[in-house]
Order: sequence, then C-alpha cells, then structure tokens
Amino acid sequence: MLASDEDILGQAETWVKAGKGVALATVIETWGSAPRPVGSHLAITEDGHFLGSVSGGCVEGDVVTEALDCISDGKSRMLEFGVADETAWRAGLSCGGRIRVYVEKVA
Amino acid sequence: MRRDLLTQLNDARRERRAAVLVTALEGGEQRFVTPETLASDPLGEELDAALRAGKSRLIEQDGKSYFLTVQVPPVRLVVIGAVHISQALAPMAKLAGFDMVIVDPRTAFATPERFPDVEVIADWPETVLPPMKIDRYTGICCFTHDPKIDDPALDEALRAQCFYIGALGSRKTHGKRVERLLAKGFSESDIARIRAPIGLDIGAVTPTEIAVSVLGEIILSLRKKPLRTEVRP
Repeated sequence: MLASDEDILGQAETWVKAGKGVALATVIETWGSAPRPVGSHLAITEDGHFLGSVSGGCVEGDVVTEALDCISDGKSRMLEFGVADETAWRAGLSCGGRIRVYVEKVA
Repeated sequence: MRRDLLTQLNDARRERRAAVLVTALEGGEQRFVTPETLASDPLGEELDAALRAGKSRLIEQDGKSYFLTVQVPPVRLVVIGAVHISQALAPMAKLAGFDMVIVDPRTAFATPERFPDVEVIADWPETVLPPMKIDRYTGICCFTHDPKIDDPALDEALRAQCFYIGALGSRKTHGKRVERLLAKGFSESDIARIRAPIGLDIGAVTPTEIAVSVLGEIILSLRKKPLRTEVRP
C-alpha cells in the first residue's frame, strides 16, 4: 500500500512508542526535475525497516545507511544527491535533478 | 525531531488543525507553531505564507536556514442534495483533488447506483454534520433548495466558519432564506458569506455547466481569500 507523508509520520511515532530507534529523512530542497516534492518523508528504524520515499528509489539505500548512523550517534545530517554529485554513479538521480535531504533522529 | 513535537504534529493532523514545525538547520532547534501563536513568532510572516500555500518549504532569514514542515487539513466538500448537479460535480471534485461527501435524507435520491464513486449518506444534515466536525477547511454546497434540508446545513456551516458556503435557488428563494436565517439570530454579515445564487456567473444552463461554475467558485474562495491562517473566533 502506498503511504502518504502523514501516514509516515504516524508510523514513525508508532515505532518510537514501541521503543525502537527511529530516524526521519525529509526532502528540504530540490532543483530541476526531482521525483519527490519538498516535504516528502522517509522514516527508518534501527533494524532497517523503512516507510515512505525521498526519491524514486534512486537514493533510498544511501539515506537508510546514513539514517542508521544517525540513530546510533544522534547527530542530524544533511545529504545531497544529484547528477553533479561525485556519488552520481553510486546513488544518483537518473532524472537529472538534485535534492537535499535532512536526516534527524526522533528522540 | 523531538518526540513530543512529532506527537503534536500527528495530533494536529488527526484533529484537522493547521500547524508548522520549524527546524533550524544549523543547530537543529525545533518549535511547534499554530495559527494562534503565529503572530508572536520571529518568522511569523514566513510561516503565515507557508500556511496559506499549504506546503512545506525551506526559508532563509538573517543568514540562517529553517525548514518549515507544514500541516494543513485536506480540503473536503459536503454537498447537501443527491441531485443531478451533484452527479456532475462528484467526478469533477475528485479530479480537482477534493474529498467529497453527499448528504440527502431522501433515500430515492441518495443511492449508490446514482453515485458510484462518492460517499453518500442518506440522512438529515442536522444528524450527519455535527459528528463530522466541519471546519474552515470544509466547503458546503446546498443543492436541494428545500428549507427543511438546506437550512440546518447552512446553520452548521455558518457556525463552523466553512471557507465556502453556497446555496442553490433564485434571488427570490434566497430572499426568503435570508429572512429565516435572520429570524434564527444570524447577522447580515454572517448571511452575506453565503454564495447565492450559487456558482460563478458563466451563463451555466445544464447541470454539468452549473457544477463547473460551482467548482470554480469553490476554488476562488479557497485560493483567493485569506483562508489558512484565520483564527477561528
């Protein structure tokens, strides 16, 4: 089932109440043609479950990895993805856009 | 994100309240702002603009970046009368992205066969509307021009400060409606919020054309008036 951004925040709260470590990734800026609009969320648990999206599946792998680090060290981080980025081949946006993603722990 | 702020944001959504979560990207401080506390916030004007647009956004102020997570209730339409115009309006409203529900106590009209893709409630507005908690993010169209069906709905809609209230009927029909509402204690400025005769004047003749004129009027009320941040009295 597709989840709206509201469902994702609801699920993040449910996970936190269940005692799980949770991080929230949010698209805060986009340039060019980006697959998900500003405000889109991806919620991630310490055991690797996630709900939502910040792109069309292009960069979620990297975001989840960073989110797991964020859950362990508690520090928020800013990620940037796009074709101009050196990570383009590893985790780039095939649509040609660029996005900035803010990752924070729910604490 | 602080756990208590996540809970506040989710509570606001469930209760159909507008709110903004402000995150300072340098430092990570966060605060929860409602339309009631907006005026005293240092980013008040920016927050107001974001709430009106209904969209989350990144802003800069004094060299600092803030992300605004905007929560506004989805707009819904309540249509009183399972009539021909409502049959035309239902698919148009869906295309335009509105949640729509039709209320009509006349069971011969309010049937799923006549309205395959929209929720239809075969009951009286005075029974249906109070538990629905209509609010300023709700628009109401009264299409029956039968006082015993339309009037209680208008009564609820005026009290709930709905962003759009429209009522079908000629000027003469509306004149009598105004007298009834005055007798109920509504002021002239309250009653002036009712769009009647309903719809933009585009010379609509058929039920489909009238539905277009009503949808246009709904969008006008939603987008061109300060809706999002008016505080309910």
